[in-house]
Amino acid sequence: MAIKVKTVRRPRGTPSYMRATLKGMALTFRHLVNPKKVPLQYPDEKPELSPRWRGTHRMEVHADGRPKCVACGLCPTICPANCIRLVPGEDDQGNRYPVVYEIDEFRCIFCGMCQEVCPVEAIHLGQDYENAEYTRERFVYDLDRLMAQDHPVTVLWDPSDPLSQ
Amino acid sequence: MHEVGALSPTGFLIASAIKVIGVFTVVMISVAYMTLAERKISAWIQDRIGPNRVGPFGLLQPIADGIKNILKEETLPKQASRFFFILAPMMAIIPALVAFAVIPIASPLPTPWGLVDMVVADVPIGILLVLALSSLGVYGVVMAGWASNNKYAFLGGLRASAQLISYEVALGLSLIPVFMLAGNVTLTRMVWVQQQELGLWFAIPLGLSFFLFVISAFAETNRLPFDMAEAEAELVTGFHTEYSGMKFSMFFIAEYAHVLTSSALMATLFLGGWDIPFTTWDDMVVVAPGVVEGSEPSVLKTLLTLGAFATKTAFFVGLFMWVRWTLPRFRYDQIMDLGWKVLFEVALAYIILMGGSILVLDALGLEFGFVYGLALTAVNLVATAIFLFVLDRDRVIRGAAQRRRPVRTARPAIERALAVDAAAGIATEAESELVTASAE
Repeated sequence: MAIKVKTVRRPRGTPSYMRATLKGMALTFRHLVNPKKVPLQYPDEKPELSPRWRGTHRMEVHADGRPKCVACGLCPTICPANCIRLVPGEDDQGNRYPVVYEIDEFRCIFCGMCQEVCPVEAIHLGQDYENAEYTRERFVYDLDRLMAQDHPVTVLWDPSDPLSQ
Repeated sequence: MHEVGALSPTGFLIASAIKVIGVFTVVMISVAYMTLAERKISAWIQDRIGPNRVGPFGLLQPIADGIKNILKEETLPKQASRFFFILAPMMAIIPALVAFAVIPIASPLPTPWGLVDMVVADVPIGILLVLALSSLGVYGVVMAGWASNNKYAFLGGLRASAQLISYEVALGLSLIPVFMLAGNVTLTRMVWVQQQELGLWFAIPLGLSFFLFVISAFAETNRLPFDMAEAEAELVTGFHTEYSGMKFSMFFIAEYAHVLTSSALMATLFLGGWDIPFTTWDDMVVVAPGVVEGSEPSVLKTLLTLGAFATKTAFFVGLFMWVRWTLPRFRYDQIMDLGWKVLFEVALAYIILMGGSILVLDALGLEFGFVYGLALTAVNLVATAIFLFVLDRDRVIRGAAQRRRPVRTARPAIERALAVDAAAGIATEAESELVTASAE
């Protein structure tokens, strides 16, 4: 098989300093006067997040304040980072509920599988990014904290509507 | 001729003191706000917003920076030469500030006590004093580099000294046509020549001088694209690597004061100083204490000409910043090439050309005035065109890639190798194939 040779045109001679300098000056001047600037004034302006943004978790609650979680154990099973600790319990009527439900947000890789697998739509990832804390311990979110989070929850990818239209 | 009356000796002292304090304050405040302007312009060029947190539009940022720098810890490296380490920032800052003293900032101001010349010190040697002081500025940088006892600082100081000495030559030589045309080195007289006697700003009849002076001034101020002394990518921050707190700040103030002085100097030498263009009602010069030639001095004229001078200076300051944020740094050898192989020779040739032209024009009996200036402008245009044509397209300064010898094509090399092999009686299959290929 013959090798196809592609000829690349190189500029002949040497480039012009003067024109290159003037071109550069013109370019920077265009940017100088261009009123459209890139940065977002962050604490004042916040970025618009995608509805599918996967941030720190949130636990849905019933109207009476109980967590929706039924402690089925699917989320700690599917979690690839093994960051969910669940100790199930059962009350007098035989309803299962989580005694301990902790998510280590440092270990979490924000894949969203816990939300996908949850049969009662209790655990969700959230559209949130302001997670700074002073200590590492504070990154293990317990049940109360997960229930107290109030940011909007992540919308899962819908295979029947792949472009979220 | 207008007799306004000279100041009494006491009045002169008081007026001088006020001018010294006023100019010093204005220069320092301008320097502070130039740091803000630099940050803003760099931000805008890079499509950013720039400092806007301290005060409206970040206008209090220089004050915040100043407080920060005063409160910061001053470090004194153990291995540094203590005396020179402390002396260096002062050596950098003082010449940069003093040079402003001889620059006329506005038309003379009439006061009830007599005429006040709007220049701190109207010394007869004017521009020569500025040149002397600007060459003193290099000592601060060199001293800082040496006294720090740090490799990077030393290299920065070394480079700075070589660069500044090289460009000092071009800077001085590029001014000689100006001296020849003005017939004077006093800056107040130069402004008068530009606004009245010649009626043309020197940038027009001496455009090439102006161009050379601007380039040399960029090099003199140690700013990009000539910031060999700092060269952040190579030398950490060069000569001020070891400095912190207010001493570091003083180097910065010195740099900006240098930029301001250079800008004011360019405005005065080439753009008519405080002259308001296309008008003659502001043209005046002090010929003797209290005696003004030209139009009547007034407070309004002083204010307006001060505005004109500030505008021209601000234009050059803006140009400095615009260029800094556009062009990358030259390589060291390119800087030396530009200084010694281009600017030096061109400045010398231009002196001969302009001196010759002035001689010819005088021999033709042309009166010194507007037509005289136009004749010089024509000569200058030709010279500038030739200069730009020669300087352009890498004819003088070239990059490393163009220095290499052209790469030989592979074919003759293969043939030569084959010939050697054939002579030795070796012939492999691959080679015989190649031989047939080349035969075809």
